[in-house]
Amino acid sequence: MQKMRVRNHQVVLNRSVGGDAGIFTFLIIMGAFMFLPMVYVVMQSLKPLDELWMFPPRFYVVNPTLKNFTDLFSLLSDSWVPFSRYIFNTVFITAAGTFGNLLLSSLAAYAISKIPFPGRKGVFWLIQRSLMFTSTVTAIANFITLSALHLMDNPFAIIIPAWGSSMGLYLMKQFMDSSISDSVLESARLDGCSEFKTFWVIAMPMVKPAWLTLIIYSFQGLWNTGASPYIYSEQLKTLNYAIGQITAGGIARAGASAAGTVIMMLVPILVFVITQSNIIETMASSGMKD
Amino acid sequence: MKKQKDLKSKAVQQEQADALHDDSILETDAQGAAVKKKAVSRKDMTMLQWTWREIKRNKIAYVMIAPFMFVFILFTVFPVVLSLALSFTNFNMLEFKSDMFIWFDNYTRLFFQDEIFLLACKNTLIFAAVTGPVSYILSFLVAWFINELSPRIRAIVTLIFYAPSISGAVYLIWGVLFSNDGQGWVNGTLMKMNIISTPILWFYDEQYAMTLCIVVALWMSLGTAFLSFIAGLQTIDKSLFEAAAVDGIKNRWQELWHITLPMMRPQLMFGAVMSITGAFGFGGVVTALCGFPSVNYSCHTIMHCLEDYGNQRWEVGYASAIAFVLFLIMMVANTIVNKMLSKVGQ
Repeated sequence: MQKMRVRNHQVVLNRSVGGDAGIFTFLIIMGAFMFLPMVYVVMQSLKPLDELWMFPPRFYVVNPTLKNFTDLFSLLSDSWVPFSRYIFNTVFITAAGTFGNLLLSSLAAYAISKIPFPGRKGVFWLIQRSLMFTSTVTAIANFITLSALHLMDNPFAIIIPAWGSSMGLYLMKQFMDSSISDSVLESARLDGCSEFKTFWVIAMPMVKPAWLTLIIYSFQGLWNTGASPYIYSEQLKTLNYAIGQITAGGIARAGASAAGTVIMMLVPILVFVITQSNIIETMASSGMKD
Repeated sequence: MKKQKDLKSKAVQQEQADALHDDSILETDAQGAAVKKKAVSRKDMTMLQWTWREIKRNKIAYVMIAPFMFVFILFTVFPVVLSLALSFTNFNMLEFKSDMFIWFDNYTRLFFQDEIFLLACKNTLIFAAVTGPVSYILSFLVAWFINELSPRIRAIVTLIFYAPSISGAVYLIWGVLFSNDGQGWVNGTLMKMNIISTPILWFYDEQYAMTLCIVVALWMSLGTAFLSFIAGLQTIDKSLFEAAAVDGIKNRWQELWHITLPMMRPQLMFGAVMSITGAFGFGGVVTALCGFPSVNYSCHTIMHCLEDYGNQRWEVGYASAIAFVLFLIMMVANTIVNKMLSKVGQ
């Protein structure tokens, strides 16, 4: 009889010590590969000028300073478009795009998941296929469409296409399939709830993890909106673009640009930390059936 | 008494009616009465009549999907159709020509004359063939390995591996680490250790550029597929593993092949779609790190051709042909991989 191994007061089946050690080593090496560049950005943003340009370069920082961050803000406030304008643009695009995507996607996801209308299989097939190609393919045709709609140089050129992003709808629909039982909806309908009311009062509160996930996905995409071919007025550009301009300003701005990168990356990371458990819960039903 | 009987017969009919639908769904009273009057049997109706009746019965659903579908079709489906149509023309947005249709000239030009496009095809396929599978396997392995850690530690490790993929422009740090002068950390360190005497150009050297771009792409590729795997592994019924241990499964690799992978098939398929799409779509990273165009076109991908002809030369017809080829490549890759994955564990 094999000796049973115990971990966390539970019998561990089929696990060898050698295997555990190998896996641990693999995770440490991969973890370092993933994590060290992120640490290096933070280090760069905290380095004073002499440490940024010392030779040979040092990985870690000895005298951390926040000067790079203050430099960043003074550089940004020197530009002829006020810094707050870039922030406003990014926040507006992110908020409007995410809100519209959430509303339209969850309505459609509910109908596709819970109402057996003819054609829903075809609709869902189309949505699944749309996950298989990137926006690169559609960029040129969308340029023509947006020009024809007179949406060029307008934040809605970015916002409206974001409303039709299919990723959130896909995750929402899969989550509704597995987490809302038809009997609950049926009893609501028997009680005389309209389909819209059933959706809003019964279904939506049951899929909170899915809408958080949808918000995060939409948010990540829109928050990182940089220079877009659809927008050319300086006063309509985004924060990511403004920070990119500072980076492009050359080596003298290495510290300020690292500071900008840190600010830009902190927001999505914090949002993910807060919502992680909800996202994982949603992802549990993300699978595709053949 | 009569009322009760009435109710009963109604209930029976309701049941029959429900049995006829693919997905049973109860009707409200008003609609229920309508059903009763017609004395439904699916066999009594032609397919068309049946469909029409179902459409009318569920018309609210079309109202609900309409707003999304409108935007979705306008900006995701229509562009593919428009690209296909424009790819047969020499439309260029600058001048209006009466004889726009040139049929397959764009495609013959692409595949028989445009050497840069062919090079870009080769590069794209190398990129995708390396980053796609490696990021997919890496996502799965890491998700699988951390599955048995305690929830708190698992959450931290998930964050470490997932963070690069959501942090936007943070990949630019690779340009700083591998900067082409002595100030770059890698060059500086190698020079201090006397391994090299002059700085290596890294992203601007044909020899290294492609490899480095692949490394960066892998670094930021543990995204949606990774999360999907983590979640999928959590949902597998633990008792299956206990039963398997009794049945003579000896180590974790057998467990993986006989239980974990078959149970994970839906997530594996979804993850594959995410990995493939990601592997074909990161030209922006290359542009930011290697410049545009990259040195000697060593990292020129189809996406760069597209940018070149679409956004710089305004040859919309030609660019549409490129876009459509890219679309076809992605769809074919996805279809093949999904066919393969549907055989896992069978």
